[in-house]
Amino acid sequence: MPLYHDDDQVMLAETTSQFMREEGAIAKQLRHWRDRGCKDGFGHGLWKQFAEMGFTGILVGEDDGGLDMGHVEAGIVLEEIGRNLTPSPFLTSSVLAATALKHGGDEVRGRYLPGLVSGDSVFAVAIDEGAKHRPERIATKAEKSGNGFKLSGQKDFVIHGASADMIVVAARTSGSDADADGITLFAVPKDTAGLDHDSVRLVDSSMATHTKFEGVELDGDSVIGEVDGGREILDRMLAAGRVGAAAEGVGVARGAMDMTVDYLKQRKQFGRLIGEFQALQHRAAHLYSEVEIARAATIKAQQLLDNDSEKADLMASVAKAKVAKAAGLAVREGVQMHGGIGMTDEYDIGLYMKRDRALQEFLGDMYYHAGRVAEMSGY
Amino acid sequence: MPDATSDLEVFRQETRDWLEDNCPEDMRKPVKTEDDIYWGGRNATFKSDAQKAWFEACRDKGYTVPAWPEKYGGAGLSPAQAKVLRQEMSRINARPPLSSFGIWMLGPALLQFGTEEQKLHYLNQIARGEIRWCQGYSEPGSGSDLVSLQTFGEEVSDPEGGDHWVVNGQKVWTSYADKADWIFCLVRTDKEDKYRGITFMLFDMESKGVSTKPILLISGNSPFCETFFDDVKVPKDQFVGEINRGWDVAKYLLGHEREMISGAGGGARTAAIGAAMKRHAGELDPCLRVELAMFDVDALAYSAMGEKFLDEIKVGKAHPAQPNMMKYAGTELNKRRHELMMAAGGSRSLEWDSEETDGGQPSRNWLRTKANSIEGGTSEVMLNVISKRILELPGA
Repeated sequence: MPLYHDDDQVMLAETTSQFMREEGAIAKQLRHWRDRGCKDGFGHGLWKQFAEMGFTGILVGEDDGGLDMGHVEAGIVLEEIGRNLTPSPFLTSSVLAATALKHGGDEVRGRYLPGLVSGDSVFAVAIDEGAKHRPERIATKAEKSGNGFKLSGQKDFVIHGASADMIVVAARTSGSDADADGITLFAVPKDTAGLDHDSVRLVDSSMATHTKFEGVELDGDSVIGEVDGGREILDRMLAAGRVGAAAEGVGVARGAMDMTVDYLKQRKQFGRLIGEFQALQHRAAHLYSEVEIARAATIKAQQLLDNDSEKADLMASVAKAKVAKAAGLAVREGVQMHGGIGMTDEYDIGLYMKRDRALQEFLGDMYYHAGRVAEMSGY
Repeated sequence: MPDATSDLEVFRQETRDWLEDNCPEDMRKPVKTEDDIYWGGRNATFKSDAQKAWFEACRDKGYTVPAWPEKYGGAGLSPAQAKVLRQEMSRINARPPLSSFGIWMLGPALLQFGTEEQKLHYLNQIARGEIRWCQGYSEPGSGSDLVSLQTFGEEVSDPEGGDHWVVNGQKVWTSYADKADWIFCLVRTDKEDKYRGITFMLFDMESKGVSTKPILLISGNSPFCETFFDDVKVPKDQFVGEINRGWDVAKYLLGHEREMISGAGGGARTAAIGAAMKRHAGELDPCLRVELAMFDVDALAYSAMGEKFLDEIKVGKAHPAQPNMMKYAGTELNKRRHELMMAAGGSRSLEWDSEETDGGQPSRNWLRTKANSIEGGTSEVMLNVISKRILELPGA
């Protein structure tokens, strides 16, 4: 498979780009909801439009009403989301939760996937415990109780947690905190008794929760996959989410870079366009090179995921770490090269810096993933 | 309708079988020293029977230049087939059967700009490893500002018939000029027009008036020479492209040189090194481990970029200035790689001529990589080109 988009994917990218530029634009979505102090941090109207475009069910199988496309296609949507800083539950619902549900039985799929595909439902995932992403350790417990389970513990950095109609929760059904085995994934519906959300607004205006589970009673049908067999599904979900976050990060990087390069062609100082100065040209050219490489790594990871390759997990971490480096550079250079106006709320470049910061942290930052690359490589 | 994917899988199996039968075990070991590389040419000698057998098998199959048309000595493989061959060779760590500036640089330029006669003659020689080529580009006063070159050629009317041109001047950094059979050379033929005053010429290094002098580098090796031309005769049918339009050929060829230096095809230059360094050093300092991990992220990402770039270039999807980006990123990465290898190797890697280090390979290779971001266009020139042609920044 050549490492570029085929004709169908190019067409999808063009359609998506136009849609997101028009409907998902910064003024129309991010600033609009932010300035109104929206408790969801995104617009449900846009989510319905995502459904009409087919985005919501892009990874969902045809039998479940989705488009049954791959991670390359999901990545195309995410790159445009990143470029326009479009707030939406796409990554948590249509990539992360959808990947988990794919491994669930008929019951749980039938209960949740129609709502996802139609754009009526929003999903979240609850993985992190504490301020850093450490999915190797899971302490949240689900104990047998009658025919079901009783869930207790706390999850953090649950994006869209309070808006979600269902949360995928990774919990321990046996063993101790650091064990790989003994994990089970649960689909926890909203408004379940014992579910307590502490909502927080993040630097990028997205909404997250610290969510407490205080003896939350779940029936056996809320298990996704097998009891104690959740680690493999969790790993697949994480790989899909990380590669998805990388794709969104590529969009953030390219959006910030394009905006900055445009600015270099407009702003005059010392009687010259500042883009004429070699000191800035070389930094912009270096940035271009880093962003191109990060994008290649991301597309490679998407293709490996779609081919179910054993190398996909390594490349997912490579992509997440490389995009973190490149996108971080893009937003820092973006603000610096914009000068004073880069520090103002009125200009969009600062919004890119904020989104990048949140995205870096989501599902593991570059230090976490570089460490993972070392471990998987055997050193 | 034939199924393209299954055809390709059949080709993959055939290639695997062919490699199994034809690639000797010794040719599946990493290239360590200059002796492990076969450059071909009039005076070439094989360093082992395995090297000879592997080269001859590839030559007869057209696999020294697999993607070139068969009439020019290649195997006429499609881009997809060439990729399969590359993957299968890389899978068994097969060495390149023939290394040659003819394959990497002159060949692509001839395919684009040569006459049919020139292609049939020179490309077949290159594919068969019969002529070893060197490149006459840089001059003492023309490094990054290559187009200011002064080596001068003028037409001389020969009363005995057979008009030719006479070339005078000096080139520098001519790779392996002392070992090469022929040179492809940029010569000024019009002093009035900087860009449209250069002609791309080919001539025999045994021509009267050609002399070379090796340059000793900080690595202790002499892969480069100074090359002098004193009234060298060059017949007009040895020009590639039109008179005074050699800069077009040169630019095209530089693109290929940059691809080559960037190691775009994958291989050792784009591989991760952390695991090998751990095996080598036994234990890694925690901070070095971090640096290695960050390097491996960049290296593995860059190898995906290399794959994407090659895939795109074959179907004309790559930006024409993209080789400059590949060259910039690839060479900077390679320099970093060798800094880390020196650090992981410790005092052992300082040894200059010990047997254990194959004659100081770690330090010599480390020093050699410092030229990567200078030769074939410096990193600074690459960034200039990206600024101008890709980002379209003003005044670049």
